[in-house]
Amino acid sequence: MSRAIFTIAYFTFLEAARARLTRLLLLVLLAAFGGSVFLQSIAIADSQRIQTAFLAALLRPASVFVLSLFIISSLSREFNEKGLELILSLDLPRASYVIGKLLGFMGIALLFAAAISLLLAAFAPPGQVALWGISLLCELWIMTALSVFCIFTFSQIMPAMSLVLGFYLLARAMSAIQLIGHTPLNESGLSQQFMVHAIDGIALFLPRLDIFTQTAWLVNATGSWPQLGPIVAQTAIYLALLTAGALFDLSRKNF
Amino acid sequence: MSERSIAAVPRTILSMLALALAAQIFWRLQAPPPTANAHALPPAPSYQAASVTSFGETILASQWLALYLQAFDNQPGISIPFLDLDYRTVTGWLGRMLELDPRAQYPLLMASHLYAQVPDLGKERQMLDFTYREFFAAPNQRWQWLAHAAIIAKHRLNDPALALKYAQAIARYATGPDVPHWAQQMPIFILEDMGETQSAKILLGGLLANNTLTDPHEIHFLTERLNALEAQSVDKSSPLLKKQRN
Repeated sequence: MSRAIFTIAYFTFLEAARARLTRLLLLVLLAAFGGSVFLQSIAIADSQRIQTAFLAALLRPASVFVLSLFIISSLSREFNEKGLELILSLDLPRASYVIGKLLGFMGIALLFAAAISLLLAAFAPPGQVALWGISLLCELWIMTALSVFCIFTFSQIMPAMSLVLGFYLLARAMSAIQLIGHTPLNESGLSQQFMVHAIDGIALFLPRLDIFTQTAWLVNATGSWPQLGPIVAQTAIYLALLTAGALFDLSRKNF
Repeated sequence: MSERSIAAVPRTILSMLALALAAQIFWRLQAPPPTANAHALPPAPSYQAASVTSFGETILASQWLALYLQAFDNQPGISIPFLDLDYRTVTGWLGRMLELDPRAQYPLLMASHLYAQVPDLGKERQMLDFTYREFFAAPNQRWQWLAHAAIIAKHRLNDPALALKYAQAIARYATGPDVPHWAQQMPIFILEDMGETQSAKILLGGLLANNTLTDPHEIHFLTERLNALEAQSVDKSSPLLKKQRN
């Protein structure tokens, strides 16, 4: 079983290289770098700080977007071309397929995080970049598992991608939404209380992506290794949850 | 693709799903609630920056700035009283919101109702002054905030001259059909309270004479008021008459 998993993971990784994903990644890095140089040249003060913050704040969501789109379109194509059915017709448990695919995509996420961190290492302290890069990897792994889960659930690109992007924005903004929801400025009527509880309830099911991959670590050098503990733990829990969700959905499908 | 029943899902997967879900909920429940970091309010973003980052949706950008500013002040577990804020920076934020969305009422509400309530006369005046300055950009839409500022000036600052200045601005510039008459009548009552009955009488008489009022109850009330003012001025000007009445 483990051999089959690694074979699927290897070919998934290979597909990404053949789909020119690496070239796209380089293009994104180049475009972001170009934009940051432009900003740096027009800034009167704090030019390097502005450049670093811009790069970090842009590359973080860009990598999530490119990776999720690639995973969703790749798996969707495999469904349409009956590649999945072909693989499942072999003597192979469905779990091997899901885990193999996940590992392959997580390898691509590792490539993304490494490339972006290498670029940022030119502008920020290496220790902070390492911290930031590991956190970005955790974030990308969560989004990888979510993309796999969503395409298994919806089977179509549009709803799967919409859910992934919506989830990302919500998980990033949920803490701010909670802070605003709890503000005593609002009326404390029944509807307001209901909304606050509903928001808190939704927050229970979301990872706190706002504490992941903070730009402040790079520009203020405020990151510390203990901060990675909760991030890694949250990633492990959420990966398990999404993998179980994807396995659940695939197990229910009839081919 | 059709779906098989849940019973077809291996038990290990179901257990893993339940365990992972329980772990996620437990993790979030035991984690400390989100708290904001106490730091000084940064300067408001430039118009261009707010416009670009909102992809040209300047109204949305204005609303986001308002919510950010509101959440910045009122954070659970952290106390940043309005009093501790740099009011020049706050004014910058409020001004930027209005620049991004000139029809927004939120910034003026925040200025006149929230930030003007601090126990610091200088800061209160700063907010009232901001409301006054911004009023002129759209008097017919923003008169109510200046009316509130006039009330604060009169009752909290005990500065009737300032209240009169605001009330006169409303009377002179907020002349749209949606502006209620009481708003335009504010200077009369402030003048009356200041003991300037003669000026109040002239204003009230003018208002009744130019036939802009249509509500008979309002006309009746103001006529009564004018009569009372006239009686008052007669009393003041003629002590002999007052004696005779008594």
